[in-house]
Amino acid sequence: MKTWLARHAQTLVGSLGRIVHHPFATAMTIAVIAVALALPLFLNVLLQNTRTATANWNQAFELSVYMSKKAGSDRAEALAKQLRSRPDVAAVRVISADQALAEFRESSGFGKALDLLETNPLPNTLVVTPSVAASTPEGTATLKTSIGALADVDTVQLDTEWVQRLHAMLEVLTRVVWLTGGLLGLSVVLVVGNTIRLDILNRQAEIEVMKLVGATDGFTRRPFLYSGVWYGLGGGLGAVLAVAIAVTALDKPLARLALLYGSPFHLEGLRFGAAVRILGISVGLGWLGSWIAATRHIRAVEPT
Amino acid sequence: MIHFDQVHKRYANGREALAGVSFKIEQGEFAFLTGHSGAGKSSILKLIALIERPTRGQVFIDNQNTSAVKSGGIARFRQSIGVVFQDHKLLHDRPVADNVALPLIVAGIARREIDKRVRAALDQVGLLGKEKSRPLELSTGEQQRVGIARAIIAKPALLIADEPTGNLDPDLALEIMQLFSRFNEVGVTVVIATHDVHLIERFDARRIVLEGGRVVA
Repeated sequence: MKTWLARHAQTLVGSLGRIVHHPFATAMTIAVIAVALALPLFLNVLLQNTRTATANWNQAFELSVYMSKKAGSDRAEALAKQLRSRPDVAAVRVISADQALAEFRESSGFGKALDLLETNPLPNTLVVTPSVAASTPEGTATLKTSIGALADVDTVQLDTEWVQRLHAMLEVLTRVVWLTGGLLGLSVVLVVGNTIRLDILNRQAEIEVMKLVGATDGFTRRPFLYSGVWYGLGGGLGAVLAVAIAVTALDKPLARLALLYGSPFHLEGLRFGAAVRILGISVGLGWLGSWIAATRHIRAVEPT
Repeated sequence: MIHFDQVHKRYANGREALAGVSFKIEQGEFAFLTGHSGAGKSSILKLIALIERPTRGQVFIDNQNTSAVKSGGIARFRQSIGVVFQDHKLLHDRPVADNVALPLIVAGIARREIDKRVRAALDQVGLLGKEKSRPLELSTGEQQRVGIARAIIAKPALLIADEPTGNLDPDLALEIMQLFSRFNEVGVTVVIATHDVHLIERFDARRIVLEGGRVVA
């Protein structure tokens, strides 16, 4: 067991030594992998940030409940009380018809014209904020139907269309990121596979001798697998570094832009766990690429 | 140790290298395979090392039918025999010690044990002190000795060599043959393919003469 471990460690270090022996070619391979991984990774960071930013937008899910004209303000208060007791409602604000008219008078500039009206044309209104659990497109839709069925409620208005569009868009973008990630991950496998293939062609004589003295395919393959692991690790580190640089470069201008819209937004980079996961994935892809190439091409080398 | 039973070998290009070869070599024997080039000497050695498979007939090594050795078992099978090549087949980018150690490395022997045995093997072929040299810094004769050290380091019971003296002048060739003879004296079965009939006259060893893919003597 100890010998086995020592031999693996030796092969691991040996393969590292071999790939740094050709620094330019190695750097190129690693750079290609880094670029391929950085792109989906960066898109994902942007997507995560969009999600975080829009998560605070559940105020946007407010429902405006317009009561029928016959219902007076006592009735509005009673209904508000009833709604507050529902588990899917977080808060209810009552805007009485008079309040609404006063506000309208102030903000619209139609003061004089409004004086001509004999009665207040505005109904009593309740502004309902759903609970956090119910702040989903489905939850608010259910709430809307349920409130709409209550007595003295004229209409319930819910402007969720744009939120739903945003969610749908984020959904599409998530898919796009996954697809891009999948394709570029495949390209990492191909790049490593091709590099390993060339490496094997260059060392054909050596592999032949190894086989002649009784090396198994598995033994012969091992250093190539470790090369693949090193390429993957290098590429993964490169990708994480590239994304960190991109985030740092974008954070300030983005924060300034957000501030102009009155938001304290700031771009959040890769978390440690995500970075580790990316390294794991890129090491896995490097291993896979080298495994495919090495298994195929080492089997093909037969001593004559 | 080696038993060929009506072995035929036809290569993919249609050339018939062996046409019904049968012979036995006992354990501990010292045998020369001789004949002109193209007589089938190399084919026999390739069949022994499982580099090639017979088209027809059977080859037994150490009482094992080689047709029962599947491709996954070839590596382990080769670990049990030592092979010396005319062109040495050394790795030129590695020092002599690493070249000699190769069979032990692939067999998974511990490093400390390997160093000890590399020195012992180099001592046996008279190259002690050349561990750190690169193969190309050595003479052809010395390179062949490195090849022999590599073939015997795993202490195989069978040692085969294909024209091991092919590139050497007569004096060096004789030295190399004497080296093989010494390994035979300690019990190793040695089979050497060579066309150098004058050289083998100096050894009291069995001769298997091939001609046109058949054993003629």
